Amino acid sequence: MMNILGKRYTFFAISLLLIIPGLVLIVLNGLPLSIDFLGGSLVELELNSQKTTSISEIQSLYKSIGINDAQVQTSSEQGKEILFIKSSSLEQDQYISIVSHLKENYDEHLVERRFNTVGPSISESVTQRALLAILISSIAVVLYITFSFRRVDHAFRYGVCAVIAMIHDILIVISLGAIGSQVFGWQMDSLFLTALLTVIGFSTQDKIVVFDRIRENTPILRKISFEQLVNHSIIQSLQRSINTQLMTVEFLLLSLALFGGETLREMCIILLVGLLSGTYSSIFIAAPILVVWENQEWENWFRKPHTSKV
Amino acid sequence: MHNKWFYKLFLLILICGVILIVFPGFDELKTKFFKRKIEPVLGLDLRGGMQVVLQAPEGYDIDQETLKVASTILENRSNALGVSEVSFQVAGDNYIIGEFPGLENVNEVVDVIKQTGMLEFVDLGDDYFLPGTILRTDYGVSTDSYESEIEFTPSPLAIGQLDIDVDKSITGKTYHTVITGADLDSVSIAPPQSPSEGYIVLFRLKPEATELFADHTKNNTGKLLAIVLDKEVISTPVISQPIENGEGAISGSGENAFTLEDANNLRVTLFYGTLPVSLEIAESRVVGPSLGQESLEKSLLAGLIGFSIVCFFMAIYYRAPGMVAIISIIFFAMINYAIYLLIPITLTLPGVAGFLLGIGSALDANILQFERIKEELRRGLSVGQAIDLGWRRAWPSIRDSNLATIITSVILFWFGSTFGATIVKGFALTLALGVSVSLFSALIITRGILNSLIPLLKDRDKTKWFGI
Repeated sequence: MMNILGKRYTFFAISLLLIIPGLVLIVLNGLPLSIDFLGGSLVELELNSQKTTSISEIQSLYKSIGINDAQVQTSSEQGKEILFIKSSSLEQDQYISIVSHLKENYDEHLVERRFNTVGPSISESVTQRALLAILISSIAVVLYITFSFRRVDHAFRYGVCAVIAMIHDILIVISLGAIGSQVFGWQMDSLFLTALLTVIGFSTQDKIVVFDRIRENTPILRKISFEQLVNHSIIQSLQRSINTQLMTVEFLLLSLALFGGETLREMCIILLVGLLSGTYSSIFIAAPILVVWENQEWENWFRKPHTSKV
Repeated sequence: MHNKWFYKLFLLILICGVILIVFPGFDELKTKFFKRKIEPVLGLDLRGGMQVVLQAPEGYDIDQETLKVASTILENRSNALGVSEVSFQVAGDNYIIGEFPGLENVNEVVDVIKQTGMLEFVDLGDDYFLPGTILRTDYGVSTDSYESEIEFTPSPLAIGQLDIDVDKSITGKTYHTVITGADLDSVSIAPPQSPSEGYIVLFRLKPEATELFADHTKNNTGKLLAIVLDKEVISTPVISQPIENGEGAISGSGENAFTLEDANNLRVTLFYGTLPVSLEIAESRVVGPSLGQESLEKSLLAGLIGFSIVCFFMAIYYRAPGMVAIISIIFFAMINYAIYLLIPITLTLPGVAGFLLGIGSALDANILQFERIKEELRRGLSVGQAIDLGWRRAWPSIRDSNLATIITSVILFWFGSTFGATIVKGFALTLALGVSVSLFSALIITRGILNSLIPLLKDRDKTKWFGI
């Protein structure tokens, strides 16, 4: 039989390898937060103009109305030029004057795609409350799992391991977001938050399904060690894990990422990776940590390496 | 056998009901039955429009009642502008969320919101200010109302005549607000006392405010008390004697004397139109309709492609149960949609994400059952036994994993609604619904259909039907 748990430290290392680069980027550059969390204005315009807009010209246009921190990004989409302008908060009339100026000089029929303004106080409380909500739901998940696994020894551990693996998934997603912001200029906006919430929901659900098999096997397979029991349970539920992952994630999201609108592409890629991580971490993080906990392996971590494989 | 009939009847009624609701047509019947039009409500991110989050200034204690009144007033004002389908809703402790589909009137709407129509009685001590001066009070100074007052006054309730040609200066000192418009109990108009004077607006204060006002007027007899609307001084009467019964009058003097129309406008603004609290725009989002349209059409198409692949895979891999799963998932989606139509739930992009996760959990419930059924079949059980046992083995994991998700989404919903985070709220609502319906569809539809198929699936054909 496949021995997944035997290589548990390899899997931990793989996860760390995936998480650490993103975290390093975050330490160096900070989180690539959008105006949804920092406050400010975002203007998105679609121009169909012969002459390309110059970034410095738009910045000086912003300066003329007293805004000095405008950041302009341009991209082209089906022959049209898309402008993203991020700045500190714009008033409605300031926005109108900018748009009318651009209409005069570039394209009379430019399309105003988006204009978002978020005040600093509201963005601050969004972040705080989001963290609070995740914290409270984590506690609720631990409590619920402890309750529903009460017939198994150390039910509390299952809940904690589920939450640890969930944090692993959050970190994978955040790390991906940080790398994406370096490579593709992604931003952590409200859609990113939605994706993160989705990953959290999926992650706990998947952990419980895998743990359920351990719970079911516990009274039946009394003679083998806990490590073997967990390994056996993982293998038994492996086909289900793969199929569910294929159905929900790969098929649905891949087609959304490939054929869906531009706006959703970033979110779909984050979801793809995050949900994959949700399935991965049930098997390779949550269940192995249960075993590490059962064996109290940390006592061996700082001794000579060969003793750790008892 | 009684139970089985009951089950079949229930399923039949449910299916008919869902089909009736989901598919277009029968509009008259539906409208008659539900007393409103049954059609999908799309969020602003899907069809374009503006959303604003309004917030009371920092450091204010305001209750739900005050916020509700404010949002009703805002809605009345916007409706008076002829903007259709506006909605203002209280969110959490100190937010109001306004939503405006379409983008034709963005500027007017913003102006209407900025017009607070806030009445204050301000203690000036011995300082006199001309009418029209912008006053800095306990409630801050609103530079917005200052600007919009100069250009034009779009609100039907605005009192244009109160503007006079004084140099509008903002006072440096902050003056104390004794009572506000929220303390008014009733407002009425009285005709001029003499031909040279204008109309008078009479007001009566609420009991608590009466006491406060009585105390103030007693201690400050001979001092000035300014009547201030939207930070602009209307008049600055001298307190000639203590006012203990809570009744008072506002009158303009000289060229500012009120005509009947002025007085009535003021009365309406004060009584119906006074925002009990001044609000500022904390967040505004404008989504162009093209962006929304594009997202919606492409995502629907993409979802359809993805779903076809899922169906294909399910049918090939799980054979007969796979076909049952497809039927079950289609019903799952239709029941969800029917609920969206009935409640009604506004569909937004985060909401669609929640729905997709719901589909995921519905699929998972099916896959869990089928894997267990296959396991039991491999152990040599008959089809009937395997279906029964497979279900019983899969049920605890389906139940616990879905319940955990429901708990999470309830917490997220609470978080989303105690605060203006509509994204989180929309996501949590459709997720909770999706997961609940997925429990139902696993429990009733998949299991029910599989059970009724047992007589048709002969044991010797199990390789053919189950793919083992």
